[in-house]
Amino acid sequence: MAAPPVALIVLLLAAWEVGVRTFAVPGYMLPPPSDVWTAFLEVRSTLPDHIRTTMTEAIVGLGFAIVVGVAFAALVVSIPQLRRAFYPLLVLSQNIPMIVMAPLLVVWFGFGLTPKVLIVALVGFFPIAVATTDGLLRADRDLIELVRGMGAGRWQVLRSVLVPSALPSFFAGLQISATYAVLAAVIGEWVGASSGLGLFITRAQSAFRVDRVLVAVIVIAAVSIAMFAAVHLIARLAMPYRYVSTEGEER
Amino acid sequence: MTAGISVQHLTHRFAGAPPVLALDGLSLEVPQGRFAAVVGPSGSGKSTLLRVLAGLLRPSEGRAAVDGHEVIGEPGGVSFMPQRDLLLPWRRVLANATLGAEIAGVPRAEAHERAEVLMERFGLSGFEQAWPSQLSGGMRQRLALLRTFLMPRPVLLLDEPFGALDAITRREMHAWLQEVWRRDGRTVMLVTHDIEEALVLADVVYILSRRPGRLVATIDVPLPRPRTARDTTTPAFVELKARVLDALEGVTPPEEPRAVPSGQRSAP
Ligand SMILES: Nc1ncnc2c1ncn2[C@@H]1O[C@H](COP(=O)(O)OP(=O)(O)O)[C@@H](O)[C@H]1O
Ligand SMILES: [Mg+2]
Repeated sequence: MAAPPVALIVLLLAAWEVGVRTFAVPGYMLPPPSDVWTAFLEVRSTLPDHIRTTMTEAIVGLGFAIVVGVAFAALVVSIPQLRRAFYPLLVLSQNIPMIVMAPLLVVWFGFGLTPKVLIVALVGFFPIAVATTDGLLRADRDLIELVRGMGAGRWQVLRSVLVPSALPSFFAGLQISATYAVLAAVIGEWVGASSGLGLFITRAQSAFRVDRVLVAVIVIAAVSIAMFAAVHLIARLAMPYRYVSTEGEER
Repeated sequence: MTAGISVQHLTHRFAGAPPVLALDGLSLEVPQGRFAAVVGPSGSGKSTLLRVLAGLLRPSEGRAAVDGHEVIGEPGGVSFMPQRDLLLPWRRVLANATLGAEIAGVPRAEAHERAEVLMERFGLSGFEQAWPSQLSGGMRQRLALLRTFLMPRPVLLLDEPFGALDAITRREMHAWLQEVWRRDGRTVMLVTHDIEEALVLADVVYILSRRPGRLVATIDVPLPRPRTARDTTTPAFVELKARVLDALEGVTPPEEPRAVPSGQRSAP
């Protein structure tokens, strides 16, 4: 299953290597993959610290995004009048460019963890809020009536039908947020940080070390994929019924 | 106030354009411990009646009580099996079976224990840990029925519980239902459009008219129990069936004779 993408990547890397060497492209414009690999070996010992910082920001920020996003969805679904009031605000919050927001947050909250976490949360809560709201609103009316007929109160309806119904949508939203979380943390670090992949990139850029920038790009992609995979795994554990094989085929 | 099910002058109009008059002045009394069947063409308000009794739908007019307690707007007083099987896809078979009991406050261990015993009788043993999506239509319906039985309520309301079953399984379920009902003695109201099913299972059959639903006949079924498919050929049974058909005939316009399944029209 993984064979075709791997083959394609190998082919592209080979083409890149050969192309750069044939046309003698200077390293400060585009280094060949072999140089990127050498650069990776150079920085290997300092990378884990940066990765740890960025991942901490991404995960903590995502945690806030989940809390705020789910709270938003719950509020808006239980009080329909709020939906019309809040939705425009929600969309507005996504139209503030992060590049503009990041320096402001640094001015307000300093160079520590806080501004990065806030940026991740700001980027991440939107998909979660929208998807979870949708999931809650689309719960099967008949199932709600069924448990109400059994004598379930508001809380029991929420627990036994609404939450499980909204779970697939929630995870769909979370998956999008998790994918962007690392990138958002990096953007936060760009403005000012003492550690993190964003700082690593800033330093490499000012030293014209394109090879190191590319190392960081690859690491960011890898970390993002890891986050995505982790969310996928949690979703599988939380909703085993969605991954049952019927007659041997996977859904 | 009497025990059992009591419905008085029940009228319900669904709002809309045009409004739909689903029930029109329906009154009936099912004494405690009796098995009643409600038969009528589709659209005659049978499901509407059960939803009112389950406390889920406020009728436009009329009263409804179960064991002397008003049930209108008070869900949770009866054990109700809706027309769709409505299993929770995220609960395994056993957990689906105990849902109603859990909501009714039966301790989980006790509910599980009682469910395990009934699994066998419902032909679901071995599937306790399966997901609903892995069951056949018939199994899903039996599970929904099992769940209804596990709720500790004095009255069972069953809306076409055997609709998705094949004829053989259906006959098994008839035998089984009579047996279980004889033992636990609860009042049952079963909605069906299968006349033989009504006559095999019930002590009394209520016949509703085409929309709006009005009570057109009440037919007592004084046949000995337990009844089986063989009893459907006895003269007494055939005679009762003819009476039900006549009552339905009166409510079915002649240009739409298919409202009654053709195989059941040949009563002498
Ligand atoms: N929620 C609803 N809104 C509007 N009309 C409804 C609703 N539920 C049922 N009806 C109408 O009321 C009539 C009786 O429905 P129902 O009780 O489901 O009949 P039955 O179960 O006997 O087939 C039908 O004409 C149906 O279309
Ligand atoms: Mg119906």
